[in-house]
Amino acid sequence: MIEISGVHKTFGTTEVLRGIDLTAAAGTVTVVLGPSGSGKSTLLRCINHLEKVDSGLVRVDGELIGYRQSGTRLHELSERQILKQRAGIGFVFQNFNLFPHLTALENITEAPISAQGKPKRLVYDRAHELLTRVGLGDRAHAYPRQLSGGQQQRVAIARALALDPKLILFDEPTSALDPELVGEVLDVLRDLAATGVTMIVVTHEIGFAREAADTVVFMDSGRIVEQGTPAEVLDNPQHERTRAFLSAVLV
Amino acid sequence: MTVLTTQRRAETADEQLVVVPARHPWRWAGTALVLVLLAQFVHGLATNPGWDWSTFLGYFLEKSVVEALGVTLLLTFAGAVLGFLGGIPLAAMRLSPNPVLSVVSWAYIWVFRSVPLLVQLLFWANLGYLYEFLQIGIPFGPGWSFPTVNLISSLGAAILGLALHEAAYAGEIIRAGLLSVDHGQHEAAAALGIPKWRQFYRIVLPQAMRAILPNAANLLVNLLKSTSIVYVLAIGELFYQVQVIYGRSGRVVPLLMVATVWYVILTAALSILQYYTERHFARGAVRNLPPTPFQKLTAFLKAAPLLKAVQR
Repeated sequence: MIEISGVHKTFGTTEVLRGIDLTAAAGTVTVVLGPSGSGKSTLLRCINHLEKVDSGLVRVDGELIGYRQSGTRLHELSERQILKQRAGIGFVFQNFNLFPHLTALENITEAPISAQGKPKRLVYDRAHELLTRVGLGDRAHAYPRQLSGGQQQRVAIARALALDPKLILFDEPTSALDPELVGEVLDVLRDLAATGVTMIVVTHEIGFAREAADTVVFMDSGRIVEQGTPAEVLDNPQHERTRAFLSAVLV
Repeated sequence: MTVLTTQRRAETADEQLVVVPARHPWRWAGTALVLVLLAQFVHGLATNPGWDWSTFLGYFLEKSVVEALGVTLLLTFAGAVLGFLGGIPLAAMRLSPNPVLSVVSWAYIWVFRSVPLLVQLLFWANLGYLYEFLQIGIPFGPGWSFPTVNLISSLGAAILGLALHEAAYAGEIIRAGLLSVDHGQHEAAAALGIPKWRQFYRIVLPQAMRAILPNAANLLVNLLKSTSIVYVLAIGELFYQVQVIYGRSGRVVPLLMVATVWYVILTAALSILQYYTERHFARGAVRNLPPTPFQKLTAFLKAAPLLKAVQR
């Protein structure tokens, strides 16, 4: 269960998030849509504390992210404690950000061993299993540069899954891919959605939102304009801004 | 004309066409010129009595020279290790968001890059004049003190000077390497919750090494040769020893050649080391590693027409 309340974030003089309230139940898929610059990515980055919020709170499974509450005071967590929290929240980047000097397998096993201290044997077995699950069982020892964009993103998804996260955040996972490679990544996402992984996905893939989302959220200039089931938001949008965006995207 | 070409095309099938490589007459002329100049130079080396190769050979492996070579290697090794150990915190401090740390590091680098190495060495050698005693203890409070002259020998002063000088340059080289690593890598490591120290040495540093190594090798080769400056402190390193010998015998050129050839050999060894270290850190940076010169040579020999002819 993810609860976001009253989140504000300003970069310099630009207010990127102007009071975001959002909840997502465990095991659900939330798709965030919106024009570029609407604050979607920043919102995701605030959820795992890659960006520090200016005000507002983020809770994952009841646990405050980035702070510890004692009475009426919020104590900022140390870097170490924040890293520990992050290990429980997967993050998949637009540009994959695989570690280029490590093989696909090493990319996946690094964090479970060093951040979570899981036993090596277990981690390696699980990594092979995850690679097979994303259709790359035979590429375990390939370096990222020897893989296509779609394959790299699938390794990145396996890397996030290896931490057994409570939640996975996807930041435009298909935006950097050639059109014919988008499908293979979306297949993996659909598969994950079907197995009950809690996901928040920022994307421009309306088709994916329609099929896989439990909730669709539409953001514009730092605010959530509307949210609801895919049928409500995509087929019967209430706001002029949503309608304009959808008609532009669906052309 | 058109009729003719169409006819020809009809006569010869595409697969029968032969490619004639373009000719490069100027390349051949240039090569010939360079070879002639090179031959002249080698001829001069061999025939000019001034080079005095017999003296050169007599001293090349002479005991005092080899011992002095050991001192040069010690100075280089100590200067490089201490210099790079000092460079790591300097780089970290300059990249730190803390303004005090960043400014202190900046000032250190500014000072130690400004003062010529020779001047610095003389300062360190005369430290006993500035501070007669060195003291360890509570700042501004009691402690133990030692006479400076006992603590810092001239060899110690040389190593100290070289290391402090190297650290300033090493700090900048390491900082450049760290800056060259894509921001996304830091973010990915942070997002995965990898502990801070491990992020540095497992994720960031190996990637930074690609940018650090060529510059670090430059610095190391430069240091190797800079050790010759410490002759001013009368330390028996290679250059000093060679000077002592030609001071007695008056055979300047052959003895300078002894030192020169040793420096060239050591630099060659460092260059080979550099090549293979760079190759190691190129993992994943290129799709397939290019062959080493040795692999190229064996491949060339295998494919050489001459060898084929012999084999037949």
